[in-house]
Amino acid sequence: MNFFERLIGKKSANSAKERLQLVLIHDRTDMTPAALEALKDDLIAAISKHIDIDPSSVRIEVEHEGRSQRLIADIPLRVAARRRLG
Amino acid sequence: MTAKVITVTSGKGGVGKTTTVANIAVALATDGKRVVCIDGDIGLRNLDVVMGLENRIVYDIVDVIEGRCRTRQAMIRDKRLPELFLIPAAQTRDKNAVSPSDMVRLCDELRPEVDWILIDSPAGIERGFRNSIAAADKILIVTNPEMSAVRDADRVIGLLEAEEKAAPSLIINRLNQNMVKRGDMLSVDDVYDLLRIEVIGIVPEDENVVVASNRGAPLAMEGKTQAGQAFRHIARRLNGEIVPFMDFESLSLWDRISKLAWRK
Repeated sequence: MNFFERLIGKKSANSAKERLQLVLIHDRTDMTPAALEALKDDLIAAISKHIDIDPSSVRIEVEHEGRSQRLIADIPLRVAARRRLG
Repeated sequence: MTAKVITVTSGKGGVGKTTTVANIAVALATDGKRVVCIDGDIGLRNLDVVMGLENRIVYDIVDVIEGRCRTRQAMIRDKRLPELFLIPAAQTRDKNAVSPSDMVRLCDELRPEVDWILIDSPAGIERGFRNSIAAADKILIVTNPEMSAVRDADRVIGLLEAEEKAAPSLIINRLNQNMVKRGDMLSVDDVYDLLRIEVIGIVPEDENVVVASNRGAPLAMEGKTQAGQAFRHIARRLNGEIVPFMDFESLSLWDRISKLAWRK
């Protein structure tokens, strides 16, 4: 428990649940946070070849529904500035 | 009779598999069912002492598999319940003495003779675990409301999914209601939320479990201990009965859990 959690009186059971949620995602998908970052970088590079995106706003997450996992990628497209000006 | 084979496993050691097997077996046998327990932990025999039958062992499971005795001779009859039997693990042999197909053959031989076959799996996910699940019709996963036990339970559930076994059910053992109320222990609902498999039993932490194993007389045999009652409820649910979860078994989410009660 860090100082902030102590301050707001966070219970240890909540920490346990949050930590387990993350650990289980990684156990089930065999994917570490570092591997997910690497995947994100590859994805940004591949998509950028075809379409203009803002790399800083790309979000990649593993979501779970029951016992099944899915990879969710949220990739906002950059507004096509030229067309607007024209 | 065509026995149903139930395997109790957990991933992590020390969460209460052997206690669970002994108590469910006693509860089923008290109900007049014919029950055989098989200790699947070759090299680390334990079910015999929990059931209080350690002094009666002559032959063990490896003797049966290697043909040194008939299956009948390795079945130790319980002192108190004449319909309850134990096939003990070998203590001195290495765990490769038994294979998954040996277990399937042994269970097939026993099936016509009894109502229930309960297999106590060793901890871990290796050979002994593979042996124990090979013949299972139903798998029960025991966990504690605690980080590493829940994580290992999830790992085992994943392995069973990969093997395309029927969906396992969950027993949450050693729940300490006071700690849950204080917010210092995962609740039944938290554990269900994380693992997402049907809950078939909730067993409170109970000092009497140690006392019972000291005496070699499983709790479910008699008396009114909460843990003993929880184990008897699991046995009834296995029999297809719909048994509501008791106050100590559930939290505020009684309704949600009771919807999950196992139906045959």
